[in-house]
Amino acid sequence: MTDELTPKVVEPTLYELSSPGRAGVTFPDPDVPRAKLPDSLLRADLPLPELAEVDVIRHYLRLSHFNYSVDGGFYPLGSCTMKYNPKINEDMARLPGFAFTHPLQPVETVQGNLVLMYTLQEWLKEISGLAAVSLQPAAGAHGELTGVLMMRAYHRARGDDKRVKMLIPDSAHGTNPASSAMSGMTVVQIPSDRRGNVDLEALKAACDDTVAGLMLTNPNTLGLFDEHIEEVIRIVHDCGGLVYGDGANLNALLGIVRPGDLGFDVMHFNLHKTFSTPHGGGGPGSGPVGAAAHLADFLPSPIVGVIEAGDGETPPLYGFIEPKQTIGRVKAFHGHFGMLVRAFTYIAMHGRDGLRTVAENAVLNANYLLARLRGVYPIPYDRICMHEFVAEGKIAGSDVRALDIAKRLMDYDFHPPTNYFPLIVHEALMIEPTETENKQTLDAFAEALIKIAEEAKTAPDLLKSAPHKTPFGRMDEVKAARDLVLCCWAPESYSNQRE
Amino acid sequence: MTYTPLTPGEREAMLQAIGVQKMEDLFQDVPARHRFPSLDLPPALTEMEAAAELAELAAANETVRDLVSFLGAGAYHHYIPAAVDHILRRGEFYTAYTPYQPEISQGTLQAIFEYQSLLCALTGMEVSNASHYDGATAVAESVNLAYAQFRGKRTKVVISPSVHPQYRATLRTYVQGMGLTLAGDAPETVTGDEVTAAHLEPLIDENTALVIVQYPDFFGRIYDYTALIQTAHAKGALVCVAANPIALGLLKTPGEMGADIVVGEGQPLGIPLSFGGPYLGFFTTRKQYVHKMAGRLVGETVDDRGQRAYVLTLTAREQHIKRERATSNICSNQGLMALASAVYLSLLGKRGLRQVAELCYHKAHYAAEQIVKIPGFTYCFDTPFFHEFAICCPRPVDEINAHLLEHGILGGYDLGQDYPALKDHLLIAVTEMNTKEEIDALVEVLSEVSHD
Repeated sequence: MTDELTPKVVEPTLYELSSPGRAGVTFPDPDVPRAKLPDSLLRADLPLPELAEVDVIRHYLRLSHFNYSVDGGFYPLGSCTMKYNPKINEDMARLPGFAFTHPLQPVETVQGNLVLMYTLQEWLKEISGLAAVSLQPAAGAHGELTGVLMMRAYHRARGDDKRVKMLIPDSAHGTNPASSAMSGMTVVQIPSDRRGNVDLEALKAACDDTVAGLMLTNPNTLGLFDEHIEEVIRIVHDCGGLVYGDGANLNALLGIVRPGDLGFDVMHFNLHKTFSTPHGGGGPGSGPVGAAAHLADFLPSPIVGVIEAGDGETPPLYGFIEPKQTIGRVKAFHGHFGMLVRAFTYIAMHGRDGLRTVAENAVLNANYLLARLRGVYPIPYDRICMHEFVAEGKIAGSDVRALDIAKRLMDYDFHPPTNYFPLIVHEALMIEPTETENKQTLDAFAEALIKIAEEAKTAPDLLKSAPHKTPFGRMDEVKAARDLVLCCWAPESYSNQRE
Repeated sequence: MTYTPLTPGEREAMLQAIGVQKMEDLFQDVPARHRFPSLDLPPALTEMEAAAELAELAAANETVRDLVSFLGAGAYHHYIPAAVDHILRRGEFYTAYTPYQPEISQGTLQAIFEYQSLLCALTGMEVSNASHYDGATAVAESVNLAYAQFRGKRTKVVISPSVHPQYRATLRTYVQGMGLTLAGDAPETVTGDEVTAAHLEPLIDENTALVIVQYPDFFGRIYDYTALIQTAHAKGALVCVAANPIALGLLKTPGEMGADIVVGEGQPLGIPLSFGGPYLGFFTTRKQYVHKMAGRLVGETVDDRGQRAYVLTLTAREQHIKRERATSNICSNQGLMALASAVYLSLLGKRGLRQVAELCYHKAHYAAEQIVKIPGFTYCFDTPFFHEFAICCPRPVDEINAHLLEHGILGGYDLGQDYPALKDHLLIAVTEMNTKEEIDALVEVLSEVSHD
């Protein structure tokens, strides 16, 4: 059948929409004499599409309609903190005074930016209970790499070169072992106990003088606050190791407890989770790193500081400072400044009490959903949870899987929870409602999941072939990996001869 | 609170449903002595107050709109068509997560697929990933690819000293735990002339995994790297070229020269300067290296209704599957910035990008020709350049820049900061945003410096 051989095109690509001679924007002729172009260094052809502005706008508008988004509905994606992104943050980041500053301008001309960055560093220090913060890392995993390199540098600066092992619980995000491996560490996995905590006996057994540290997500990816957190940290410290805090779940802790007070030595913040900078369809994130006093000198360079003290009349002059034993620079320039403006706005609008309200409501919403779903879906670690919890996508008397439940939720116009993570729960459905959802939304979501549990028994095929009401159905992932069509034009015609 | 919609009554009902008395009961696992710290933060502002405070901070800056800017050095002031930000402001794009659920993420997926296609067209390469954090980290990730390609058996990276100083610094940070050595780049001694094949070629040996050069280089110079790439290939090494995407609107592609990896800073493609970020690291390579490439990748497929569609593919390279054996730890990319660049490129198209590239080229050459007519100012290098050039000055650069700033001109980059041998050398960038009047004003103020 032709239909099966030739896929139906829902939205043409930019190249399919292109028509030679069109242009969406044109530029003036040069107002200076034309210089001679370097003939031997010119490209022969520039195979870009040619479209009018209206073509481009309609194309992207149509594409946007295929996306589910936080602005469009409930997005309870565990571990991702898909909270509402306030509109004012977007406007502030686009203020011309911020958006049109060059990163290499003299510091005297960008004091507004530097005051904002300095203040945000101070606020993150206060929120985390840590001594110093660098805003440079670009995302969570980038913050992890930064933190692990700092731990490595700390040990080496003390002549303690044999510490090459990084302890990582089996519930950790995949970025933790990947960041450790990139830093030259050997990863040692630590199991969880029956209540979802770090297994203390296994931890003790792994701790020796070759341990660089432990990377710990707390609350962990089961949404559980470790019941022995201070003991876990003490065990690692006692063997000379350091404790890294994965800040992915910081939303549960704002104003509740400060990681620095618990003994964490270094951590990253996900501004794109906790402080509501938008996820952007995959990024940009922003992953500042905080350090306790003994690690502060190893932070990536530069950080913002006062370079000339002020007096009664003149304000202090802010500039960039290189920490004494810095691991170096982790990216060009000073971090994702536009995201810093958004996070600054968010924290300013919440203040000292508002942040605690955020965490409380996030935890309340998660526990409420947990209460509504208990008895419908198995809860492998059934305790009071923090900002998220993990259910199992298993229904007695049905062979549907977590994947089917997730896909069927789309028919009810909800984004599915994270599934198949954490790896220690089979058929995991990891649900994080966030604090920005109201009770009606949570009830509607719970009712959809309860209905789906019924359908799993009465009409399992409805789930296995879901989704039905979305513009697209399930994908042939095998074909994508086998055919590897990664471009919508023919690059072969353009590639050179080397092979 | 503004963004937490539960009413007190709803909270009561929910606590009851959970089976606890009060909110505090939900936090019993938190050690009591550290529970509920009092945070020393300012009181909450309303939106109106926050907007005023942020406006005040923004107004404390001088911008490239207030000043006439000739500052580049890795971040460039280009015109951004209005339509770009209108697309970025669609909540469907900017408030979506990574497209792990393809049935309800085709907007993001097709947009990335098209981004990959546009970047391949621009660089002359076969495969692009969905982006890295910025140009510097894209360069660093090219080392990860080469390291994986040779399974860690080749441990040397040769890098040209005329690669952006901050990219080289970032690379040094990334490799500190990897047991690699860097060669070709000793910042204290280099004069910037060493980029020629004659300098780098002797350093390339059988232990070299990767050679990294920049195009145009940090000094704006354009070289044909074909011979250097052939030399590297003869030793079995890969070559990464860090390219400026606007220059590729006009210039021969690194793909044509034989590069194995082409990366770069995508900020010039419709992304505001924004004090250094968020920007866009683009990463392209040959199809044969796709399994060693880091980062997300979108491929075409069909759905169960026979519709053409797109998914994240080859995910087994990535950290959430492979953990410590992944090609990189990267998770977040620069999705929205990749979208910005794709909208920008589709608006400009074949002719528009060439036009911008030519405008930059002509204006930069006009500026350079006028500046070297001033007594005491000379070209540093006798090499073709694109839209940025190094000038030897008769006075220290900081004095010159201070004088320019007094006249409302944001001067160039002081090369002496990174290259002690290039003391009194100024790096000047000119784009389509600089009018002839602005260039003439720059020349006039520089002439005053010369006379002083």
